[in-house]
Amino acid sequence: MADERNFQVKIITPERVFYDEKAVMVEFNTTEGEIGIYKNHVPTTVIIKPGILKITEENQVKKAALHSGFVEILQDKVTILAETVEWPEEIDESRAEAAKNRAIERLKSKTPETDVARAETALQRAIARIQANKI
Amino acid sequence: MASMRDIKRRKGSIQSTQQITKAMKLVSTVKLQRAKARAEQSRYYFNCMFETMQSILSKAKTVNHPYLRAGNSDKKAIILITSNRGLAGGYNSNVIKLITKGEFRKEDLEIYAIGKKGKDTLQRYGYEIKADGSDIVEEPVYQDAQEISRRLLESYTNGEIGEIYLAYTSFKNTVSHEPTLLKLLPVEMEDQDMEELDPQLENKEARALMNFEPADEEALTMLIPKYITSLIYGGLVESVASENGARMQAMDSATSNAEDMISDLTLLYNRARQGSITQELTEIIAGAEAIS
Repeated sequence: MADERNFQVKIITPERVFYDEKAVMVEFNTTEGEIGIYKNHVPTTVIIKPGILKITEENQVKKAALHSGFVEILQDKVTILAETVEWPEEIDESRAEAAKNRAIERLKSKTPETDVARAETALQRAIARIQANKI
Repeated sequence: MASMRDIKRRKGSIQSTQQITKAMKLVSTVKLQRAKARAEQSRYYFNCMFETMQSILSKAKTVNHPYLRAGNSDKKAIILITSNRGLAGGYNSNVIKLITKGEFRKEDLEIYAIGKKGKDTLQRYGYEIKADGSDIVEEPVYQDAQEISRRLLESYTNGEIGEIYLAYTSFKNTVSHEPTLLKLLPVEMEDQDMEELDPQLENKEARALMNFEPADEEALTMLIPKYITSLIYGGLVESVASENGARMQAMDSATSNAEDMISDLTLLYNRARQGSITQELTEIIAGAEAIS
């Protein structure tokens, strides 16, 4: 009975296959906002923004920090092509904290040369890392 | 006939060369295993990326996106991936030939060299070396590819270069590697040989109905850099695998050649030894006869 709700989730990075299991729901942050996906979603391709990836399996919930890449959603399969994705235990919190402060600093002391978009992504990335680690 | 001592010395030197080539072969075999595993792992990512790009492009045929048009500049950038070290058979020269023997005009080219061998050779021929990333080849990581693609796309959007190519050695299997020239930008729609690269092109119909968020053109702007990066990264890991494969083969044949030479020399040495004994004997007998 449970099988009806499950679908295949694959997370691939250039270096390894990060995750390849069946899940009930996946949630993540995209350029258009946060979304959650159940089985039989309309085929869609979305682009990822740094945020938390939450995979709800049959009897447990897994979280990871997902930074960039894109997702291909098919009815019975979701493929996440991620450039960077980390499990909470792989994250160095103090480093993320430092990166966050650095990014905030850069955004505050804005000069014409500051690459605002880049600093903002760095900030989002750091926040995602810290949050993923807290849960 | 060379003297016994000369032959012996020659044999000794070949033997020590053989030891070196044997050791190098073993080292590159181990490295090849690692590089091969990495190349295979990244191939999956690459295939998915390629499929998605194709489906977007087939939808976005009419979109007049800057990445799909040739730039105004005559300049062409080539990323050339070679090795840092030699003794890899024809590995380096085969890739370099793609550029020197190709249809490119020397003046139009800007070379982004990854790997010392390619950089040195093209520099000697008088090509313009724009950047040198030789340390990347040893242990390519995704960030390296990101850095390169960022730089290239920047000069592409600024109109400094009109086309971007990637020259690398694609890794078919352990014994066959193929120097390949790939056009990165402007993105070309149909790339025939990719079909064979990915036999499990599934869900063709499902793909046709694919939606994109954000809309096509915006999605292209975001995806193409990722696509280019993954191509460059794929080129890097495949080249490293090919390099070690080529070196392994070269060292294998060097070892067996040394083996042949040693057996020839052993024969020669034994003949010379026999000859000298026979000669000594005849001399002794002749001397004994003369006395009696």
